Amino acid sequence: MGKNTRSERSRTIAEKILSNHSGMDAKAGDIVIADLDFMIGQDGTSGVAIDSFRKMNAKKVFDPAKIAIIIDHSSPSPNEGVSAIHKKIREFAKEQGITLYDIGCGVCHQLTPEQGHCVPGDLVIGADSHTCTYGAINVFSTGIGSTDLAAGWISGKLWFKVPETMKVIYKGKMPKGIYSKDLILNLIGKIRADGATYLALEIEGSPIDEMSVDARFTISNMAIECGAKAGLMRADSKALDWVKKHSRRKPNPQEADKDAKYKEIIEIDVSKLEPQIAKPHTVDNVCPIAEVLGTPIQQGYIGTCTNGRLEDFQIAAKILKGKKVHRDCRLIIAPASKDILMDMIKDGTFQILLESGAASVTPGCGPCVGTHNGVPSDGENVISTANRNFKGRMGNPNAFIYLASPATVAASMIEGKIADPRKYL
Amino acid sequence: MTLTGKAHIPKKQKDDINTDYIISGRYKFKIQDPNELAKHVMEDLDPEFYGRLQKGDFLVAGKNFGCGSSREQAPQAIKYAGISAVLAKSFARIFYRNCFNLGLPAIECDTDGIEEGDELEVDLNSGIIKNKTKGREIKISPLPRTMQVLLADGGLVEHFKKHGGFKL
Repeated sequence: MGKNTRSERSRTIAEKILSNHSGMDAKAGDIVIADLDFMIGQDGTSGVAIDSFRKMNAKKVFDPAKIAIIIDHSSPSPNEGVSAIHKKIREFAKEQGITLYDIGCGVCHQLTPEQGHCVPGDLVIGADSHTCTYGAINVFSTGIGSTDLAAGWISGKLWFKVPETMKVIYKGKMPKGIYSKDLILNLIGKIRADGATYLALEIEGSPIDEMSVDARFTISNMAIECGAKAGLMRADSKALDWVKKHSRRKPNPQEADKDAKYKEIIEIDVSKLEPQIAKPHTVDNVCPIAEVLGTPIQQGYIGTCTNGRLEDFQIAAKILKGKKVHRDCRLIIAPASKDILMDMIKDGTFQILLESGAASVTPGCGPCVGTHNGVPSDGENVISTANRNFKGRMGNPNAFIYLASPATVAASMIEGKIADPRKYL
Repeated sequence: MTLTGKAHIPKKQKDDINTDYIISGRYKFKIQDPNELAKHVMEDLDPEFYGRLQKGDFLVAGKNFGCGSSREQAPQAIKYAGISAVLAKSFARIFYRNCFNLGLPAIECDTDGIEEGDELEVDLNSGIIKNKTKGREIKISPLPRTMQVLLADGGLVEHFKKHGGFKL
């Protein structure tokens, strides 16, 4: 987690964490070489990282305890090409003595915080763009490519350009039927896909304070969808309690100084917000639900690193309890981890969803990345709790993906068309 | 470093071209050979894109090029398709890093006046792009020093082989 550094300047969270890990007084615009607390790779990116590691003539990773690889994106393997990549990853993990989360363990961005690999104040990299998820527990975590990951495996370090920060302050009381997913979709719709490119976000305000840590992960997860390098929140007592339950490591939470410099400050009142939908084929193509109500849907998906947590399934189960998925559509669910699946079984959520007609697939990324588990057909509409709706994302460039909260997906499943969750609450 | 070739602009979309369009998830998981992967570059957006390329040509786009996932297969597919540099108004940050890590220049400049097939000469040292077809010059935003070092070494793999770690 690095040693706390002092500075005469007022600093942002990003500047503090990058200072603590580089031993420099890091200010926005500087390039620093910083020590990493943890690094992850997944099955879509680790194969290339292993190739780079070998090409760099490396023999040993710097510290196996700070590295994990998660087989989640295409897991279990749907074809021999993927099997070859999985085999290569398993052999590498064994050879290097690093942690491997194999098929069925869950999504990397659930497992990394859930299994206690990161705590507030840490600096974490991942060869996956949604690594920014752990910003919700005050971790400066960011996505990088495979060769950067290989360099991290070898040296325990990586270079970073210290980002300027955009502050997002939420205000007002969250209306019924509005969730953290609606907040982040709304923000991305406002500032667009490149609105925070090269920037860190600091996200705060009473709606954030009031929501669960699970719900906060949804927001930080999607920081990358407006180009941000990190989606940071402060570690309040709720976050620290959550971390204590999941990790034995001591946190070193970092707050921004009062007069810290921001590139921009945005205030958003949530009290009049409606459920939000991202329409095909970009995440920033966002509208209030009224605009697309009644759009026929053939497939629903609840899961992913964005919305595959216990609370997400509980919200969906509350809406679907005693009801059936419409005959014209199908619902796929993928818990974000095995622990979440077991919690869903314990509290009855799993049974409710299965009884409603849901098909459950292996904990992991499910159909999100388009390699398996529910590739839509030509002309079909999908409503999903994922973070991306790019053309072809779910494996078919002729399908249409709408993004929404778990509540909106659940309500839409009852009607077979995009439906407002508020009438089912 | 001076590079010459023709400009190629993916059809249908100029801005926000994401890494799923550059190389679809359904290929990047299956195919490990970068030469094979390269044949599917831009396929979902512009199926004829690969067929139009000749070695040394340029990929030209609008703003926020390479947004989306961290997949290094995206710049890898572009590089192995024979493209010598990517020119865009702006880049998403992970993609930008990945390009230089692979020794592929990602150049920020005003791409508005460039059309499909224009003959370009890109001089990274003087920071000037000559559009020989249009008889115009475009200024390049100067490359950060870190990126210059990575390009000079031929990418991060070569940089690590040379220095045994970061020497930026």
